[in-house]
Amino acid sequence: MKDILLQIDGKQVNAREGTTVLEAAQGAGISIPKLCHHEKLIPFGGCRLCIVEAGSGNSAKLVVSCVYPVEENLVVRTRSEKIDRIRKTILELLLAHAPNSKQLQDMAREYGADKDRFEKEASFCIHCGLCVRYCAEVKKLNAVGFIDRGINKEISFIPEIASKECHDCMECFPLCPTSWLQAAFVLTEALAFPGASSGTTSKE
Amino acid sequence: MIRLNTPEELKKFRQEILSKRDPNKPCITLCSGSACNASGSEEVGAGIEEEIKKQGLSDEVEIRKTGCHGFCERGPIIVNHPGETTYLQIKPEDVPEIVSEAVNGKKVIDRLLYTDPETDKKIVSESEIPFYKNQKRLVFGSNGSIDPKSIDDYVAIGGYSAISKVLAGMTPEEVLEEVKKSELRGRGGGGFLTGRKWEGSRDAPEKIKYVIVNADEGDPGAYMDRALLEGNPHSVLEGLIIGAYAIGSHEGYIYVRQEYPLAVENINLAIRQAEQYGLLGKNILGSGFDFAVKVHQGAGAFVCGESTALMTALEGRVGEPRPKYVRSNIRGLWDKPSVLNNVETWANVPLIINKGADWFTQIGTEGSKGTKIFSLVGKITNTGLVEVPMGMTLRDIIYKIGGGIPGGKKFKAVQTGGPSGGCIPEEQLDLEVGFDELTGAGSMMGSGGMIVMDEATCMVDVARYFINFLTDESCGKCVPCREGLRQMNKILTNITEGKGKEGDIELLEVLSETAMEASLCALGKSAPNPFLSTLRYFRDEYEAHIREKRCPALYCKELIKYYIDPEKCRACMICFKKCPVDAIDGEKKKIHIIDQEKCTNCGTCFEVCPARFSAVKKISGGPVPSPVPEEERMITGSSN
Amino acid sequence: MDNERIDQIIDKHQGEASSLIQVLLEIQSENHWLPREALERVSQKLQVPFTRIQHIATFYKAFNLVPKGRHEIHICVGTACHVRGANRILETVEDLTGIKPGETDVEMKFSLETVNCLGCCALGPVIEINGKTHGKVSVSKTAGVLKSYE
Repeated sequence: MKDILLQIDGKQVNAREGTTVLEAAQGAGISIPKLCHHEKLIPFGGCRLCIVEAGSGNSAKLVVSCVYPVEENLVVRTRSEKIDRIRKTILELLLAHAPNSKQLQDMAREYGADKDRFEKEASFCIHCGLCVRYCAEVKKLNAVGFIDRGINKEISFIPEIASKECHDCMECFPLCPTSWLQAAFVLTEALAFPGASSGTTSKE
Repeated sequence: MIRLNTPEELKKFRQEILSKRDPNKPCITLCSGSACNASGSEEVGAGIEEEIKKQGLSDEVEIRKTGCHGFCERGPIIVNHPGETTYLQIKPEDVPEIVSEAVNGKKVIDRLLYTDPETDKKIVSESEIPFYKNQKRLVFGSNGSIDPKSIDDYVAIGGYSAISKVLAGMTPEEVLEEVKKSELRGRGGGGFLTGRKWEGSRDAPEKIKYVIVNADEGDPGAYMDRALLEGNPHSVLEGLIIGAYAIGSHEGYIYVRQEYPLAVENINLAIRQAEQYGLLGKNILGSGFDFAVKVHQGAGAFVCGESTALMTALEGRVGEPRPKYVRSNIRGLWDKPSVLNNVETWANVPLIINKGADWFTQIGTEGSKGTKIFSLVGKITNTGLVEVPMGMTLRDIIYKIGGGIPGGKKFKAVQTGGPSGGCIPEEQLDLEVGFDELTGAGSMMGSGGMIVMDEATCMVDVARYFINFLTDESCGKCVPCREGLRQMNKILTNITEGKGKEGDIELLEVLSETAMEASLCALGKSAPNPFLSTLRYFRDEYEAHIREKRCPALYCKELIKYYIDPEKCRACMICFKKCPVDAIDGEKKKIHIIDQEKCTNCGTCFEVCPARFSAVKKISGGPVPSPVPEEERMITGSSN
Repeated sequence: MDNERIDQIIDKHQGEASSLIQVLLEIQSENHWLPREALERVSQKLQVPFTRIQHIATFYKAFNLVPKGRHEIHICVGTACHVRGANRILETVEDLTGIKPGETDVEMKFSLETVNCLGCCALGPVIEINGKTHGKVSVSKTAGVLKSYE
């Protein structure tokens, strides 16, 4: 495993080959905003908040740092007018779904994002995928998954698995940046296995 | 079916087929592509077969059901050989005459011939018809000569001679060099240099490599790949085998959308036939080169036309694209080097091998070599599939080949590149068609859709239409596309409904930047193009919608009102009877009035008012004139 | 659809998880829709998490998770047909049938879908009902076309 030397925000940073720009930055104490990233999970590249500018001059381009691999002599900038503008817009788009999310509000303050820029959306879920990926990759239970696509995409609990596993686990609940996960679970419980109350693990 | 064990045996077999075929024997070729089928060519075909049997002419004349001829506006199409006599818009009643004429070769059936709109003269042969005359049908032209379900037909016109030439005496590197020299660029949308893509895979150290045909043609309004795959599947297969040989791949996939059942059927049949002949599978033509191909059907997702999403779908997953930081020709399907090319790109390969890269580079422009097949559709007289050399102007394509705008309407814009492209206005009609030229004008080549629009097309609605399409088709993984397009769709819909406000355009521009810079894949990155190009050339329409609540094209339902001009109405009662909500008040000889409260803006009255009166008008941006007073509503004197 | 038939289809594709979409397409084609039991069987036999099957069955529009009506109406809303007025045709059909795209009416008579380009642009606007193409339809003719289907 080679050691790679790259530059982030003017600072020389050492990183092992095969790591991502985000990991390299974190290791060097440089913070990059993120939402869908989790150290135990395969990088998702969904929220796009961690975009940074890589390269210089004509070859400069915006890349997603949680996925982009470190390169020898790469020059990275984590803030710029354009980057900040795009992060602000992404946050505003997400705040339309979950204006009360603490994580989003903290980042919104940093970037001047206005939670009322867009009309409120019906669903809180911001599709960070943390719950689905955690259940699949860490717990290997696949009790919750995605359905459909685009603006109709939602998370969905599989009642047969959820009724057996979730009460004793619930490890994904604190990962959720909004309160949607808990709401979805409670709703599934009410519809799919009625009569069960919190604390029991009886199937319907 | 015999197995061909050497290139020599293929040559001999070809000669055998040709010797058994009499070029002077009358042959009725009937276009049996999907579009002509929809126009009734199946019944015509059945009628011809029956008529031949009935008249006992099975030895005198044969029928060949071919793929798409391209002139879809005038289907079903029959071309009688020898002589190339072309008959258009055939109905089952025409069959007996056509069969007789084919056999006797005497009197040509005048009423079924093409009439040149400028000279009013009848034209007999296909290649003289202006629609065809101005094209250069190198790739698509063979469609008219072969039955796609017959491998012998393909062999007879020289098919599989390219792979034969390759296996008989070219190294993979030589094949690669030829394709690189040809400067062939991808015909699916990206326009990437094909040779360079192949080289990347060839140089990758992995032993297992894949070649893939992208037949997921998703751009609405584009159906070239469908016609190629349905009409000449072997040409695509041959190109694929050559490509596999060049990069060192032994396994290929053809990803066809399931919405193209005839294409799926024909390519599957072609594969079976090629395998039986020893042109596919193990030890092709005795060369020691093995290559096998599988067909995978799409399941209804536009995003799967994106190359990384397509590969993810081939792996049996949802079609979510992957970041392109590692190119898929290095790490693609199953993380192996994978060359993915479009149907038309693969179909060009046998031509380049047979005729040489030097021949190919003579055609086209500096940056775009060869020809391109376009689907010329929309508000155009000669709707169909056209193949032209790169460098032909949009004006020539639309007017010389397309026959201009029907109904005496004025050209407004031509949309190219599908949902990733843009609209090109009249002042740019002399643009020479090519990858970089179209991109420079704010659009792109895309897969070849060319949708012509006239004065009645609302450009704001066009932007809304494409954004709406993409919000439906977005995979939903990344925020800039899923959420950005969601909001753009809302804003554009509001604008078309008269709810636009100051600041909307600027907000749309911010969302466009976010999508273009931060989306995961090309779907999101290019999604704002239709909006940005219509804003660039038709900003006045946006401002009219927002500031005046007016639709200049008189299209947007919420912004128009229907009004019967009392000067023109002859009280014929047609609209009165047809109105689905009884919103028209009128009697014989009494000028009709539309009750604006009841009117649902369906447009039926506008459609059915006889052309000689043209009394129903559309108004936008202003109040409907007050109704004529009761006393003045009676029509006196002659009417109707 | 019984498990035996589903197993046959899976075996035909060598029981490979990568053939998942092809397997579901075949079941959909024979059965006209995908009952949950069929999805569970596929999940079991191919050893694939149910979440993945469910995502695929909802992501791809070729699949229906509810039974369809007797007559399937497909309205082409491709760009060429759109420019020729397909939107008005869609609205008219919605009014006449009472359903929106993706829905089936209560009597299970009509199912309505929009499709993007049937490749018959010369005949636009186009409605396809039970595989039969009706070309150059107009708002005023649509009611007549639908009436001909029982």
